[in-house]
Amino acid sequence: MTITNEPSAEIAVPTELVTVIIDGVAIGVPKGTLVIRAAEMLGIEIPRFCDHPLLEPVAACRACLIEIDGVPKPQPACAQVVSDGMQVHTQYSSDVARLAQEGVMEFLLLNHPLDCPVCDKGGECPLQNQAMSIGRPESRFTEEKRTFDKPINVSAQILLDRERCVSCARCTRFADQIAGDPMLELLERGAQQQVGTADDEPFDSYFSGNTIQICPVGALTSATYRFRARPFDLVSVPTSCEHCASGCALRTDYRRSTVTRRLGWDDPQVNEEWNCDKGRFAFAYQQQGRIDWPLVRENGELRTASWPEALAVAARGLQTAGTDTAVLVGGRSTMEDAYAYARFARIALGTDNIDFRARANSEEEREFLAAHVAGTPIKVEYADLEKAPIVLLVAFEPEDESPIVFLRLRKAASNKVSIASVAAGASRGLAKMNGTLVPAKPGEEAAALANLPQDIQQALSQPGAVIMVGERAASAPGALSAAAQLSQQTGAALAWVPRRAGERGALDAGALAGLLPGGRPISDPAARSEVARIWGIQESALPQQGLSGIALHDAVDSGRIRGVVVGGVELCDYPHDAAEALGKVDFIVSLENHHSAVTAMADVVLPVGVVTEKSGTFLDWEGRPRPFGQVFRDAMMNSDAAVLAMLADSMGHSLPGGVNELRAQMGLLGPWTGARATMNPTSASANTDGERLETWRLLLDLGVMQEGDPHLAATARPTVARMSARTAQSHGIGDTATIHGPAGSVTAPVEIDDSMLDSVVWLPMNSEGSRVYRDLGAGHGDVVRLDAGTHAGGLS
Amino acid sequence: MPISESTREQMREIAGRYPSARSALLPMLHLAQSEEDEITTDGINACAEVLDITPAEVTAVATFYTMYKRTKVGKHHIGVCTNTLCGLLGGDAVWDALTEATGAGHNTASADGEFFLERIECQAACSNAPVMTVDWEYMDDVTPSSAVEVIEKLRRGEEVHSTRGPVIRDFEATEHTLAFPDDGLADAPSVDAKMLAGLTIAKERGMTGGNAQ
Amino acid sequence: MSTPLTPVITEFWDRQDLYTLDGYRAVGGYTALDKALKTDPDSIIGQVKDSGLRGRGGAGFPTGMKWSFVPQGDGKPHYLVVNADESEPGACKDIPIMMANPHALVEGVIIASYAIRANHAFIYIRGEVPNAIRKVAFAVRQAKDAGLIGKNILGSGFDLDVVVHSGAGAYICGEETALLDSLEGYRGQPRLKPPFPAVAGLYASPTVINNVETIANIPYIVDRGVDWFRQFGTEKSPGFKVFAVSGHVKSPGIYEAPLGITMRELLDYAGGMRDGSEVKFWIPGGSSVPMLTPEHLDLPLTYEAMAEAGTMLGTGTPMVFDQTTSVVKAVTRWLEFYKHESCGKCTPCREGTYWITGVLEKFEHGHGTEGEMETLVNLCGQIAGRSFCALGDAAATPYPAALKYFRDEFEAATHTSADEQFDPVASYVFAAAGAR
Repeated sequence: MTITNEPSAEIAVPTELVTVIIDGVAIGVPKGTLVIRAAEMLGIEIPRFCDHPLLEPVAACRACLIEIDGVPKPQPACAQVVSDGMQVHTQYSSDVARLAQEGVMEFLLLNHPLDCPVCDKGGECPLQNQAMSIGRPESRFTEEKRTFDKPINVSAQILLDRERCVSCARCTRFADQIAGDPMLELLERGAQQQVGTADDEPFDSYFSGNTIQICPVGALTSATYRFRARPFDLVSVPTSCEHCASGCALRTDYRRSTVTRRLGWDDPQVNEEWNCDKGRFAFAYQQQGRIDWPLVRENGELRTASWPEALAVAARGLQTAGTDTAVLVGGRSTMEDAYAYARFARIALGTDNIDFRARANSEEEREFLAAHVAGTPIKVEYADLEKAPIVLLVAFEPEDESPIVFLRLRKAASNKVSIASVAAGASRGLAKMNGTLVPAKPGEEAAALANLPQDIQQALSQPGAVIMVGERAASAPGALSAAAQLSQQTGAALAWVPRRAGERGALDAGALAGLLPGGRPISDPAARSEVARIWGIQESALPQQGLSGIALHDAVDSGRIRGVVVGGVELCDYPHDAAEALGKVDFIVSLENHHSAVTAMADVVLPVGVVTEKSGTFLDWEGRPRPFGQVFRDAMMNSDAAVLAMLADSMGHSLPGGVNELRAQMGLLGPWTGARATMNPTSASANTDGERLETWRLLLDLGVMQEGDPHLAATARPTVARMSARTAQSHGIGDTATIHGPAGSVTAPVEIDDSMLDSVVWLPMNSEGSRVYRDLGAGHGDVVRLDAGTHAGGLS
Repeated sequence: MPISESTREQMREIAGRYPSARSALLPMLHLAQSEEDEITTDGINACAEVLDITPAEVTAVATFYTMYKRTKVGKHHIGVCTNTLCGLLGGDAVWDALTEATGAGHNTASADGEFFLERIECQAACSNAPVMTVDWEYMDDVTPSSAVEVIEKLRRGEEVHSTRGPVIRDFEATEHTLAFPDDGLADAPSVDAKMLAGLTIAKERGMTGGNAQ
Repeated sequence: MSTPLTPVITEFWDRQDLYTLDGYRAVGGYTALDKALKTDPDSIIGQVKDSGLRGRGGAGFPTGMKWSFVPQGDGKPHYLVVNADESEPGACKDIPIMMANPHALVEGVIIASYAIRANHAFIYIRGEVPNAIRKVAFAVRQAKDAGLIGKNILGSGFDLDVVVHSGAGAYICGEETALLDSLEGYRGQPRLKPPFPAVAGLYASPTVINNVETIANIPYIVDRGVDWFRQFGTEKSPGFKVFAVSGHVKSPGIYEAPLGITMRELLDYAGGMRDGSEVKFWIPGGSSVPMLTPEHLDLPLTYEAMAEAGTMLGTGTPMVFDQTTSVVKAVTRWLEFYKHESCGKCTPCREGTYWITGVLEKFEHGHGTEGEMETLVNLCGQIAGRSFCALGDAAATPYPAALKYFRDEFEAATHTSADEQFDPVASYVFAAAGAR
């Protein structure tokens, strides 16, 4: 970009740049730039409503009309592409443009109600603002305004006040172009045109909240925020989302120590400016049902204790357990907290028994992460997805498991990138990405990877190809080995996309047995000594390779582990009965912000802060740091790291827990540059007998961090059992099916999906009426039994 | 009432006419209307299913076009052009007479379900003003009394001929024609004296368009 | 010496069987197709270019030029779409053509498709005219049965499928890009240009959209030649036109005559004004073009002369109103129409027609104000040239033209209603007969 007052022949303009003169100021911009964008670069603001940089131009609102020399009629700046030498006159230098804009503004205000004082948008409203800058001081309109019943629900969460709408169609275009959920549409015609849904189908989109944010008036509001605050009373803090590994930049707005809303914030490299409804609306947990004070168990009951007492009790209990201890870290820890856990385990407890994977996992996965992921620099970025010849998804459902990856893949797909998915059926998300299904029975993904169709295999060999594996791959023996091998064979980049925001950071921070921070193998002497030096301990003081995953579970279950520190883990997230195993542990210290199954059996509960009460960093799936600051500066809660520092202190170790100190240490360590751990390939299982369960977590489900927003919960997708018609038929299944596992059964309405492989049934993992680990005792890839069950609801 | 499987089959047939199935949506909605006498949620859902688009996308289209009705039309749709030319040349009086004769109003049906009235826009028959339509078939050059007479004949079940078109059937039959236009009624006389006005003079006076050179 | 009528498209409309293949063939139908299929497609485009034929839908764009914009050899499918959405108030010539002589349209469609190398043609007919739709559908089926549509037409190797498509009631679909959206099964809202339909039209492929009458001209041009065609009309407006005269005239109807004929001549053919009446104002081609007065009756009805008079030839379907007509009422009714038909996409048209109509309705009831007369001019100016498509421009047309010639009536409407100014009954065409 170059800015000069007059175009000079001496300035060499690269061929891809064209020079446009706006209000007498010349600017060189890339060919194809829209006038409105070129004007922005010069700081010239042209009014606009329908224009949005991430949506296709429509030139519908006509607010941005400008004059172009030689063109008889004013043109919309939002749709007009610059040409070399074009002379543009905006409202600042052209009466034609100014009068045109004033006219449009007057028309827009005709039917707009004067309810700004009670409108959520009042104070941050583009219509209000632009009416002030380009509107007439008084209305000439004395006829009757158009009115509608208000508000109407377009979904349980999103409300619509139609009379405020200016028909810019940003929301409907977002629903169609970006989210791929064309369930919000312009209805009717002319002056009656209005946004709406079908009579019996709401705006069912995981991304619905974005429509509120891009609405240039107050037509769309959320049930959560409506009438709660005035924008000018809010304090805004840039944050990062704690829910998934997409890594969204957010803006958190609060008022009187209460978060009132969260917005997707602009980060072109990551979430552009979108986020998902979970990231936007699921924050009530931060305030409701918090543990405020330390608790210690006395006579079987937890009672409030002082910090010194609780720390002393915890230290004593852990010291008694010695090195027969373990640390379980939740997947939504910040990287700094995870690092603190990793260090605490190795120094204060002297154990390498540590795992951040509070979910189905495997030793194969641990080896995969050690060999291919931990401490590696960014290999695949969001932007790479748009340029790839193909993106192969393995055991990964982006719409549910990493929604911003899903949006970028949709964008990529519209840009001719092929998407293929190794799964048992073509999901709604895959259809929205125009993707191809590579059918694989649950648990047998490895076999499918070994026998990919020729065209996919070939596409993967093209430069820029990407393989994305999800957390579910850990449930499919051999899948991660096969993915790694495929990547090696074809040269396709391999990306591991965990579901939770903290997993990648925890991995790199060393919160997994066998891996010290930066991906350092604990078995590697050089790695050990690097870490020991920074940690200020003897190398010999570092423990040897410990246990993780199922081996750790078995050790706990057999009573060999006597003390456990648990931070932010929900026991029901493990496929096995973790509660029963933990019940055999002598001493449990829980770092938690809410009561849970762990606090229910803990000997000491140490309260810790939620994301608004601390600063920290998440690594998104790319490996990109997503640092965030503390929203509530005067919060009284400690981070996990700070609590661990106090606990270590009580145990006689000095492990400073300030975020800056932790970051500095991690920075000093840096990533491991020595020889990486290698992976022992796991062979694929080839058991094809019986009906298999395919399952993953829906974006909106019974996750504890979604508690407290009934409107959000009401937009969750209903529980269904998905299967092919043939599968249903062969089991005599009609509208309802019962799925039986070792622990019990789930009965759910049937959704026939003929893209599904036969003898496979899909259930949501953790939704209302379908918590498969608890209810079935089965997980992804496990054998289940199907039948028509009893009549639902007891009707006879 | 859910759209019947045979209607869905016909919808698929219509979709087969086009390189892109969605192009069939307008005729498909006419077909749905020919079965349901209005555009119902069932009709919308059937179109959505056949085309694999969302009901909202169909609703967006169904509410845009004025021929799709949101309430039961009943037996006959009666249109009266009240645009400037027809209206001023007498369409307004015809409208008044018909509302009185039927008890129906704009976009509403008479109590007995026989007649649904609509003030329609220009029907491309301005030389035949004022123009009325019965189930969208032309009734040209009407007067208030001739229009009411048409209504009365229909009410009595007598045969009524369009002035340029076939014998009047009913609204649903016309809607079916719009979905399947080759309806076997093309032989109905459709050229009137006004369409021949110029030709008649030309013939009388020996004027021709000339032949190939 | 008066301009003679030139029945060409209308020449055999008095034949009962003209709508059938046999009837049409009996008067020389489909000989042009024979000729065309033996000619190089590009030279047909050349012929149409040379003929100077201009679009008969209203805009008057040169047809041959439109065809030549279609990129050839681009590997994409090409489409021909016939705009048979005739809905312009006052326009009533395409529907009669389709009812009386559907094969002329069908033959034109086949030739035009051949010329632009389209293997798919669509005839988009407004839904409110089932009788035109069935006639065209019948003609298309007969042509298919006779091998004139389908695979390897007349052994030429040219394949064509023709689909007759019913609209569903939306004036905006006469706008060609709105028509395309409608034909694709969407709301009929106009598209952003560029890209233009010739490059990315139906299904984002090169598409030519022509009016019914334009296409119906094609067989005659191909059959009889460019020179024959150009003997009619003027240099800039060659050929003949299916004029449809309506209003307070003795014999309203279809009069096919060379372009350049005057309104006075047409009026004579139409028997003059009804008894005791005189021309108050007339509109050459639909409500979307500005009205004219008796002083303009001797202007030639050509694209260029009408433009010079500050109006447009438009659809070439003059509406003639006599002294019994309230201009205020006429204009109000037209604006009610535009308000009803505004698609809603752009602000000026959607909100402007809403506002203007409300104000005009006050005038109609005698409640306008002097200030509002100027406000209306201003509001029309806020729509014209600023709306997304020509519908907005059209909506901004009637009032300023009416005010120019009949300011006194609007002034009177600040205190006297239109019906008080002009007895509505006097304007009825059946009033004299006492039909009320």
